[in-house]
Amino acid sequence: MAYRTPVKRAVGLGSAKDGVHHWWMQRVTAIALVPLVLWFTFSMAVYAGADFETVRAWIATPMVAVLLIALIVTALFHAQLGLQVVLEDYVQPHGLQLACVIAVKFLAVLLILVGVLSVLRIALGGQT
Amino acid sequence: MAQFRLPANSRITEGTTWSAPADSKRIQRFRIYRWNPEDGLNPRVDTYEVDMDSCGPMVLDALIKIKNEVDPTLTFRRSCREGICGSCAMNVDGTNTLACTKACSEVDGDVRIYPLPHLPVVKDLVPDLTHFYAQYASIKPWIRTRTPTPPDHERLQSKDDREELDGLYECILCACCSTSCPSYWWNGDRFLGPAILLQAYRWIVDSRDEATGERLDDLEDSFKLYRCHTIMNCTRTCPKGLNPARAIAEIKKLMLARR
Repeated sequence: MAYRTPVKRAVGLGSAKDGVHHWWMQRVTAIALVPLVLWFTFSMAVYAGADFETVRAWIATPMVAVLLIALIVTALFHAQLGLQVVLEDYVQPHGLQLACVIAVKFLAVLLILVGVLSVLRIALGGQT
Repeated sequence: MAQFRLPANSRITEGTTWSAPADSKRIQRFRIYRWNPEDGLNPRVDTYEVDMDSCGPMVLDALIKIKNEVDPTLTFRRSCREGICGSCAMNVDGTNTLACTKACSEVDGDVRIYPLPHLPVVKDLVPDLTHFYAQYASIKPWIRTRTPTPPDHERLQSKDDREELDGLYECILCACCSTSCPSYWWNGDRFLGPAILLQAYRWIVDSRDEATGERLDDLEDSFKLYRCHTIMNCTRTCPKGLNPARAIAEIKKLMLARR
């Protein structure tokens, strides 16, 4: 280490030639989330206090089911991109950082599957 | 992992107070960070009382007066005393700036002076900028061309193309912006920081440079470039009034444009 020049250290392993995709996907999902979250918040306000059967019937509407699935997938995809950046920023040991990023990705996929399956069961399952 | 307290040997203690001469009328107190690598002691903050009736208006004037008349051990860098060399960059009143262009009267209460944040300290107000300069070297800050130099004239540039460099060429590499950036604090080993990215953009938009693609290739990295989270401390602190955050945003736009 002592005999390495400062430039050698600054160059490091060089550019990963990667990062635009991550950055762009975060922007695109953010754009998609604006109308989706507005719609969801508005709907929640409308259905606040409604009984179980009303809300179940509402979710079973094809349009609502599609939008809900879009919201779940987009929000969790966006969340794991953002959490990855936070972990890369603050978790110093590289092994631990990698483990955390992988855990977040797995968790996001699981939550997406749970969310989508739940909506589909309500939308397609008929009786609950 | 994140550290929430300074290491025991970096915690700042209270230092000496140097009183102004008894007949002083307009006294300003300067609280200055002191650390000597040779005495084995923790850093301390010394208080110097300066009679402003016999001192120039700028923070650098006061530092020079203190060094000349009160305490010759006070160590800091300075050269041009007119904001063009960038040597006297330091943290004054909580903001990175040039001591030579910051007036003491702009500060309410005591003038608190620390070295640029989150760099190794060489002594007192002198930070170690080795890595910063090495990062600058790493972006190859010189014109790179394939077309041979015209034999009988310069490489020409239109007025409009020259104007693209306004707001970029004025950067004096004082490191105020980079050392104000939290992303540079946490990941400065890999993140290039606002100053170096502004310099990189200065060559990317130069109409005469023919290595634009290679330059973008070298920056396309989730650490070198994309650790910028548009915190904007860089633009807020720049003592030359430049906008490194805009330069970084322009690089990101070019990255997208060439996909």
